[in-house]
Amino acid sequence: MIAPGRPKPKPTPETKHFWDGAKEGKLLLQRCGDTGKAYFPPRPFSPYTGTRNVEIFQASGRATLHSYVIHHRPVPGFTPPYAIAVVELEEGPRLMTNIVECEQTPEALVLDMPLEVVFEAMDEEISLPFFRPVKEGK
Amino acid sequence: MLSRGEIAIVGAAESTRIGAVPEMSQIMLHADAALNAMAETGLKPADIDGVACVGPMMPQQIAHYLGITPKWVDGTGVGGCSFMLHVRHAAAAIHAGYANTILITHGESGKSRINATPRPPEPESLNGQFEAPFGPFGPPTLFPIPVLRYMKTYGVTHEDLAMVSVVTREWAGKNPRAMFRDPITVDDVLNSRMIAYPFRILQCCLVTDGGGALILTKSDRAKDFPTKPVYILGTGESVETTMVSQMKDFTSSSAFRVAGPTAIEAAGIDRKDVDHLMIYDAFAHLPMYGLEDLGFVRRGEAKDFIREGHTRPGGKLPLNTNGGGLSYTHTGMYGMFALQESVRQMRGTAPAQVPGAKISVCHGVGGMFSASGTVVFSNERP
Repeated sequence: MIAPGRPKPKPTPETKHFWDGAKEGKLLLQRCGDTGKAYFPPRPFSPYTGTRNVEIFQASGRATLHSYVIHHRPVPGFTPPYAIAVVELEEGPRLMTNIVECEQTPEALVLDMPLEVVFEAMDEEISLPFFRPVKEGK
Repeated sequence: MLSRGEIAIVGAAESTRIGAVPEMSQIMLHADAALNAMAETGLKPADIDGVACVGPMMPQQIAHYLGITPKWVDGTGVGGCSFMLHVRHAAAAIHAGYANTILITHGESGKSRINATPRPPEPESLNGQFEAPFGPFGPPTLFPIPVLRYMKTYGVTHEDLAMVSVVTREWAGKNPRAMFRDPITVDDVLNSRMIAYPFRILQCCLVTDGGGALILTKSDRAKDFPTKPVYILGTGESVETTMVSQMKDFTSSSAFRVAGPTAIEAAGIDRKDVDHLMIYDAFAHLPMYGLEDLGFVRRGEAKDFIREGHTRPGGKLPLNTNGGGLSYTHTGMYGMFALQESVRQMRGTAPAQVPGAKISVCHGVGGMFSASGTVVFSNERP
């Protein structure tokens, strides 16, 4: 359960689909109609070519740990030490997130380790995409 | 086309005091530095016809406060390197005839927070939606996010990164105005309080109060002023993203790779000609990224270059000679203080003066690798 105090995102017309998807447990990305490449954060045109010909699709949810810090100071809504991570999605884009179901230590958080998305609800409006280590043999 | 050395800095000063300055609000820190810069040039507010400072509505606040009626203004606000961009824009404006004498000011009550600018990310902004919910709390939690990737890619150790703080402190020891001057060791750095792994308190910049101001005009007019002119040879600027999570390459800054080489190329210099270098060190990894992205060393070699002592006092490329954001001062937008140190080095008046220095490169960062500006200075007009 997400502790109170965490900053809550406020969707805009251009990002609403992402947050609607998150609520349903889906990680939605967009794909450029010209290059076929996925991109993030959401916008109704391609940052690669400027085309408005883009589509929304569901990402696999698989990612690897790209980089992170482990914050040691208290912040409302968080219990230190906690990692602020950037993961690289299988489809290419990266996003900031937290790593859950994992010790928040340099020993447990190994760069390039495989991760999978898991959603947690802040409230009825917003669910956040977090990532957890992929279990052995999965 | 703006020619090399066509524009000069004729006035450069910091606020009378830096560090903890609870007797001044933010706007007064701007004004205090501006008055000091005007005093050394003999200029009055009525002589200034262009004003640049950071952020929305600020040029009018500063112009009115100082009693200036500008015919050119610039409120470019891209973070701590904004002043490098102001220098670049001001040089172009003077060349174009839009203004003759331009004042660039900075003031920030970063420590005392007297009338300081609040900077919460709006929950509707992209940062507010896609970074803030995951617990970043200010630059110490965001700027170091790429570091572990950089370390893994190039085999950089914690000791290598700690050396940056050690060498910077060595320079600070030579500067009476530096906030922290006592020598430190790699062990001191690695045993200091953990802030956001991999970075500890001695790898994070200070938080201080202070201000700075620059006055630019045509080099042909420079002889009219009592100060030694410092010529602008070349400038560069770029931006990448406000979201550190979205920077394309975690081991290199796109904004650095555009701004730095653009300035160096415009200056028509070789990197080996550079006598003095400032790289905005908000955190300990920045000098490494800067050395590599500006082409002073090859990728992954900054750690060796620093460990071998080339950036130390007496080294071949003196770096952050005022003691940097890590030990000298850091108000929040430190770029102005990096510029001030370049000007002092070119005037020959720096506390840790590099003997015979003729060319100084001053490289700034804004936000978390979000923006960049570079200025190449010389005390000789080409």
